[in-house]
Amino acid sequence: MAGGQERVLRRRIRSVESTKKITRAMELIAASRIVRAQQAIVAARPYVGKLREVIGHLSESPEAANHPLFHDVHSTQKVAIVFVTADRGLAGGYNANIIRTVERMMREHRAAGRDVQLVALGRKGVNYFRYRGQPILFSMIGVSERPTYADARRVVGEVIPPFEAGQLDQIELVYTRFISIGSQTVQTRQLVPLVPEEGHEGTAPAATADGGSPTAYEFEPEPEEILDRLIPSWLEAEVLTAMLEAAASEQAARQRAMKAATDNADELIKTLRRVMNRARQDAITTEIMEIVGGAEALRQQSRGDDHGPQHDAFVPIQESA
Amino acid sequence: MATTGFDLVTPSATLFAGQAEMIVCKSVDGEIAFLAEHEPFIGALDPCLVRIVAPEPAVAGSGGAVANGPSGPEVRIAVHGGFVEVKDNHVIMLADIAERPEEIDVAQARADEAEATTRASSGAGAGDSDRVAEIDLEWARARLEAAGQ
Repeated sequence: MAGGQERVLRRRIRSVESTKKITRAMELIAASRIVRAQQAIVAARPYVGKLREVIGHLSESPEAANHPLFHDVHSTQKVAIVFVTADRGLAGGYNANIIRTVERMMREHRAAGRDVQLVALGRKGVNYFRYRGQPILFSMIGVSERPTYADARRVVGEVIPPFEAGQLDQIELVYTRFISIGSQTVQTRQLVPLVPEEGHEGTAPAATADGGSPTAYEFEPEPEEILDRLIPSWLEAEVLTAMLEAAASEQAARQRAMKAATDNADELIKTLRRVMNRARQDAITTEIMEIVGGAEALRQQSRGDDHGPQHDAFVPIQESA
Repeated sequence: MATTGFDLVTPSATLFAGQAEMIVCKSVDGEIAFLAEHEPFIGALDPCLVRIVAPEPAVAGSGGAVANGPSGPEVRIAVHGGFVEVKDNHVIMLADIAERPEEIDVAQARADEAEATTRASSGAGAGDSDRVAEIDLEWARARLEAAGQ
């Protein structure tokens, strides 16, 4: 009976050990992917930065203020929330944090009488909200780990036409910002209508350094037409940045979760080993006790019968016990 | 010869960062070249071949003017639309997609060209979709040109 317990524990330890191998491998894979994801963020940064600069310069022209994407709708009725989750789980609270934020935003918008639709990027978010019957305007899966510019373009292509057609008044973007390997936070921002101040953000110091007079640009084609092309590009760049940051955050979250799981497995194995060893010791002790008990019984029996050879054979055991 | 600062960036890479004597590209209104001290300019680009005339190779070599690119008097890059801004003797080109000659799949570009040609000719007068075929065709041609085909 006691030996059975030891066998059960041994099997458990083996199973925990193989789980540990898996979590350890996932931890290492995630760690190597963080590097790649960070490189993608760094590679995209000059483009996004320069695009913001150009938009900043362009928005100084009076035509910019009249562009429909700059227009702030007086009463926002229909909101779309674009949010980025992972395609896979096992990333600690990464997906749950985004989902919780989106749910809170939905509650707030609905409390204010606004209609909310979701644009879900990443399988986890899609499944969660689809299961709960929430209206999903557009969804994309299979790209969370390696988003490309083409993916961002597809997202923008899906949300901007309804906005321009007046079916949406506001589009918000929710993603996990990658600050460092140890720190990621859920970020919420308004994608459209464009907030003009935001466009100036990176360029405001440069503009004032020029002495306040905006540079007289030559435009080819007309500023309106350039804006028509530039703004979608900018939105694409913003969505791409969000997706890239989310991808890096996802890997970082997964690495952390898997490291915790690996450490946990180590701890569990240690505890199980201890229990197992004790069980084995108990089993040995019990066995000895049984033998001794049996010997004692035999000895007393043989004493009554007075059988020499058997009696001799059991004497040493009796002494050791 | 005088030079101008030039950056060509895409969302996935910086293809050129350095000095150039001349940059030739195609805006939506036609071919345009930028020399040193060009006046402030903002333009939208069509898919085209961008030719960058780098300063003398010796200068390019010592100054490391050509980042990640083949060094030489002329750098050719196929660009799939984008924007160009000129300000303070610095040209910034933003392209959504751009390919260097060594990255171009010539066979694929040829196939794309043939396919886009049929679409462009068959879909005449189809408005927007017509323009899509045209852009695809220009992009295929720009790639072939950049690859020296």
